[in-house]
Order: sequence, then structure tokens, then C-alpha cells
Amino acid sequence: MKFLVCISQTPDTTAKVSFNADSTEYNSAGVQFIMNPYDEWYALVRACELREALGGTVVALNVGPAANETTIRKALAIGADEAVRIDADPKSAAYTAKQIAEYAKGQNFDLIFFGKETIDYNGAEVGAMLAEHLDLPYIAFASKLDLNGNTATVERDIEGGVEVLEVDLPFVLSAAKGMAEQRIPNMRGIMSARTKPLQVVAPVAADETVKTVRFTLPPAKAGVKLVDPENMDELVRLLHEEAKVL
Amino acid sequence: MVLVYAESPRGQFKKAAFEAVTFGKKVADQLGVPCAAIVLGANVGSAGELGRYGAGRVVQVSDANLDHLDSQSAAAVLADAAKQLGATVLVLSHSSTGKSIAGRLAVRLNAGLVSGVNALPEMRGSDFIVKKSVFSGKAVAEYAVVSPIKILSLMGNAVKPDAIGTPANVEPLSVPVPAGRIRVKAVKTVEGTVPLPEAEVVVSAGRGMKDPSNWGIVEELAVTLDATTACSRPVADSHWRPHHEHVGQTGIAIRPNLYIAIGISGAIQHLAGVNNSKVIVVINKDPEAPFFKAADYGVVGDLFEVVPRLTAAIQKFKANN
Ligand SMILES: Cc1cc2nc3c(=O)[nH]c(=O)nc-3n(C[C@H](O)[C@H](O)[C@H](O)COP(=O)(O)OP(=O)(O)OC[C@H]3O[C@@H](n4cnc5c(N)ncnc54)[C@H](O)[C@@H]3O)c2cc1C
Ligand SMILES: Nc1ncnc2c1ncn2[C@@H]1O[C@H](COP(=O)(O)O)[C@@H](O)[C@H]1O
Repeated sequence: MKFLVCISQTPDTTAKVSFNADSTEYNSAGVQFIMNPYDEWYALVRACELREALGGTVVALNVGPAANETTIRKALAIGADEAVRIDADPKSAAYTAKQIAEYAKGQNFDLIFFGKETIDYNGAEVGAMLAEHLDLPYIAFASKLDLNGNTATVERDIEGGVEVLEVDLPFVLSAAKGMAEQRIPNMRGIMSARTKPLQVVAPVAADETVKTVRFTLPPAKAGVKLVDPENMDELVRLLHEEAKVL
Repeated sequence: MVLVYAESPRGQFKKAAFEAVTFGKKVADQLGVPCAAIVLGANVGSAGELGRYGAGRVVQVSDANLDHLDSQSAAAVLADAAKQLGATVLVLSHSSTGKSIAGRLAVRLNAGLVSGVNALPEMRGSDFIVKKSVFSGKAVAEYAVVSPIKILSLMGNAVKPDAIGTPANVEPLSVPVPAGRIRVKAVKTVEGTVPLPEAEVVVSAGRGMKDPSNWGIVEELAVTLDATTACSRPVADSHWRPHHEHVGQTGIAIRPNLYIAIGISGAIQHLAGVNNSKVIVVINKDPEAPFFKAADYGVVGDLFEVVPRLTAAIQKFKANN
């Protein structure tokens, strides 16, 4: 089996959010970056578990600059066998998906994993786009995945429940909570990650359909209004008359 | 025209579809073009109702292959329909259905996609500007969609469904429907409550509850408010509550009108999923709990006393109103 896991890098949630002088770019100075949790905890770990059970190869792929190699090495330390970095700024979902498609199209992956969404921009776009480029089925928000020969059984989160689906390989999925448990890389993993292959691939040209104009900060909250714990009638009054939510 | 895909999971329209049509109509008015809605599936009830929310036309591709979501066939059909009808803006819901399709559709139509928008677009000169909340609500991004066809997926609870018009006639639309490759084996839904992403009122509790057997007071408050219950991650992780109730960065992101947080400290990863709520009420015995900084109303007190008192106050309010 050949598994591809697409991993992205996001600022740690506790990182300060600021922008460059003309507010067009995220200011990454001094920011701690992490592997997007859905990609790491769920997609990558499940791919590694399946490789351990069935044999094969797990390839971790990132579209990003050389600075992302720390995150890519972490994927190798967790258990990916090899890695690919497409050397480009992932400026939009469409651009990123196009790069991944160009790389993946001749490679006959049996299963391509994405995370449910990135925690910074929450797009949930790249996986569906890649699936369309490669003309493959796509299951978003998979919370359980089992393989039986060439057939996969997948549970997928929907509003207020789950769907149980069956699909034949190859296909694309995005992974949500439930699919696997987080793995902390051990010393052996970290050591072997240093010598695992990391291939750098040049990007291809792609149309731009969405351009970032600027970032703004949301209006500040007025601040909390404290209500006497003995007087819940007052809270109800405020919710009714002032906040108008009751 | 603006074409809205009104999703009908298991043959039923839900709030998401009415919100999307309401939003689509407003975008169409901004652009001075008509608004149409498209419905997929053979087994869909009362599609004409979408006319009430502003769809001047309702078209339906009645094919049993579309009764269950297969993102490949749905995207192919919607792309063909968009071309046939001459749509320049497509609107979908940012739901488990919409997110499965929107990216595919963008590739098929070479269209720019902005997902999870929560406000009407702005026309700046010839630029079509769309906003969305990013970085866990800590910033707003503005994008210019520069392709001839534009796709927007609308965040839940971002607009209020507006039943302003009259029902529309449902016209059949004929487009080729490719057979799906995904087989649906079962659908398990939790009946009775409004699913979290759609809920307008959410009552959520955390580790301050001490023990799962204490949840009665939370459920009673939720029932009184017709609210859906949620919880923090450690609560779901220790199986005090089912995992579909987990909200936050690694759980579900929600934006109800009212979010009541009980015995939750307000860690940044929790806030990431809830701070787009319109009004936040925090009940916590620790005045230093970080959640108070994100709250509109706060009650510093013991939840075991405050929550039953709040439930009683709401019951009294309801009886008098
Ligand atoms: C990468 C990552 C992702 C994460 N994702 C999520 C996520 O998606 N969602 C999430 O919720 N968390 C998430 N977390 C965990 C998060 O950091 C916090 O640990 C968690 O939210 C704390 O849960 P809590 O508020 O229920 O518990 P605690 O932090 O233990 O807080 C309990 C609160 O209850 C109050 N309390 C106690 N007794 C009473 C009483 N009698 N009356 C009133 N108040 C009382 C206390 O003052 C305290 O503030 C994540 C963490 C990481 C590292
Ligand atoms: N730059 C990137 N390189 C590789 N994979 C990515 C990149 N950006 C996003 N992805 C993948 O696409 C998923 C969805 O991202 P998004 O559509 O941006 O929410 C992520 O969870 C990753 O699996």
C-alpha cells in the first residue's frame, strides 16, 4: 500500500496574531509553528498504523518553504517513511491543491490523507480540490477508517450523527477526531528521521482566482458585565432586554 | 445569476439551506441579478418553499443517484447546471455537505472559492471582496475573488433566514448524472436535539462539573432554553460526555446566538471553537478564569448553586412572557 499524507504548518493557537505594516501578510516573526493537529494526530497516525498492519510506504508531503522542514522531520519522526516538500509559498488552497495534484498524479497512491481543515484559515478546501484534480472519490471528516483488501469502510461526521460509507481504493479523505490517537515521537523515531529521504520538488504555475487583500482585527468586545450570583433574574433580564437572545 | 445549492440531507431542507438562499438573494440584489436555487435528488420534500427565502426560480435535478451525497457526482451536476443557467456566483452552506463539494466545484469551474464567509460581499469598484473570520476569530481576512465565476460557502448562523416571498414553482433540470462511487451503508443520527453546528443556543460544561453524574443541572438548563449541550475537550476525552459534544479547536466550531459556559476555564483552544458566538455567558467560581475576558456576561459563583437558580429564573421568565 502506498499512502500519501498532506501536512500543513500553522501557528500555535497561543501565538500572537499580528500583520505586516500594510496588513497584507501574517507576521510570523517570533511565532512558534506546529504541524496542523488534524494532519498530525489523525491523518498521519492512522496512515502509519495502516502501514504497520499492512506493509507499504507512508509519504508525508508539504507545500512550503525550507523553513517548514522542522515540521516535515517531525512527520518522519512520528513514522512517515519518506517526505516530499514542494518548494513554494502555499498562497491559496487552489494553488496548494494544484501543486499536490502535479506531484501525485503519476504516483498511484492507494489512499491520500488530509486533515479536516487547517486551524488558522479553517478552509477545508484543499482535500476536495485535490480529489477533483485526480478524479477520485472524496470523503470529508472521516472519524474511522478500516481497510479490507481493496475496500475501505469509513465513518464520517455529519451534523448530528455519522455516516458509514464504503468505497474502493484509491480515494481521498480528510481526517477528524476519532480516527487515531496522538503519538509522541520517541528517541528512535527522532534519530531515524534525520536520515529518511526528503525530496524537494519545484512548483508548477497555477492560476490565481482568490487574492488576499488585507487583514483587519475584529471589533473589541465591550468587556464582561458581572452579574450577582444571587440574582439570576437580573441575568435573564439582561439577556432578554439588552442582548436580545431570549 | 446567483445560484444557491440548497442542500437536503436525507431529503429534508434544514436551516442551512434557508440561510444560504437568504444570503444568495441578498448577494443577487447587490449585483442586480436574479437568484435561483438548485436542489439535488429524487426524494426531496417541498422544494418550492425555497421561493419564500428569495429564490426566484427553483430547479431540481431529480435523480436517485443524488439522494445520498457523493461529492464527485454532486460537483459534476452542479458545475453543469451552473454553466447551463449562466451562474456567476454560486452559494453553498459551509456544512459537512458543502465542504465536500465546494473545493471540487472550484476546480471544475476554475472558480475562486472563499469558504466559511460570514458577511455579505462588498463591491469595491470592480473588485468582489469577501470577508471571513480567521485565526480563531482573532482576525478578519478580506479576499478579492478575481475569477469570472465565484463560489462562496456560508458559515452557519451568519444570516437569519428571511421568509419574505412566496413559494416558487419547481422546474426539472436535465443534466447528466454520473454514478457515485461511494456506497452508504448506514446513517446514525442523534434524534431529538438540534445538531451543534446549527444550534442557536448552546449550554456547555467543563471539568468544573467534577463528575458525569452531576450533569442533570446542565441538561435541565438546556431543556429550559431549548438548547443543545456541548462540553470541553477533557470532558469528552474522559468519556463523561459523548465525543460529538466536544467544541473547540480540535472539536466542532460553533457560532450560536447564545453560548453559556459552565465550569470551563476558557483555554485558548476552547475559545477557538466558540468565540464567534454572538453572546457568551460564563459561570465560574474563579474570578481569574480566562473565559471572563471573552465573555459578555459573567457570574462568579459556584455552578452547583448558580445553574439551578438560572434555570428557575428562565422558567419564571417564560411563564410570564
Ligand atoms: C492542541 C490542543 C488542542 C486542544 N483542543 C481543545 C478543544 O478543542 N476544546 C477544548 O475544550 N479544549 C481543548 N484543549 C484543552 C484546553 O487547553 C484545556 O485544557 C481545556 O479546555 C480545559 O477544559 P475545562 O475548562 O473543562 O477544564 P479546566 O481547565 O480544569 O477548568 C475547569 C474550570 O471550572 C471551574 N470550576 C471548578 N469548580 C467549579 C464550581 N463548583 N463552580 C464554578 N466553576 C467551577 C474552575 O475555576 C475552572 O476554571 C486543547 C489543548 C491542546 C494542547
Ligand atoms: N501547504 C500545504 N501542504 C500540504 N498539505 C496542505 C497544505 N495546506 C493544507 N494542506 C492539507 O489540506 C488540509 C486542509 O487544509 P485547508 O483547506 O487549508 O483547511 C490540511 O489539513 C492539510 O492536510
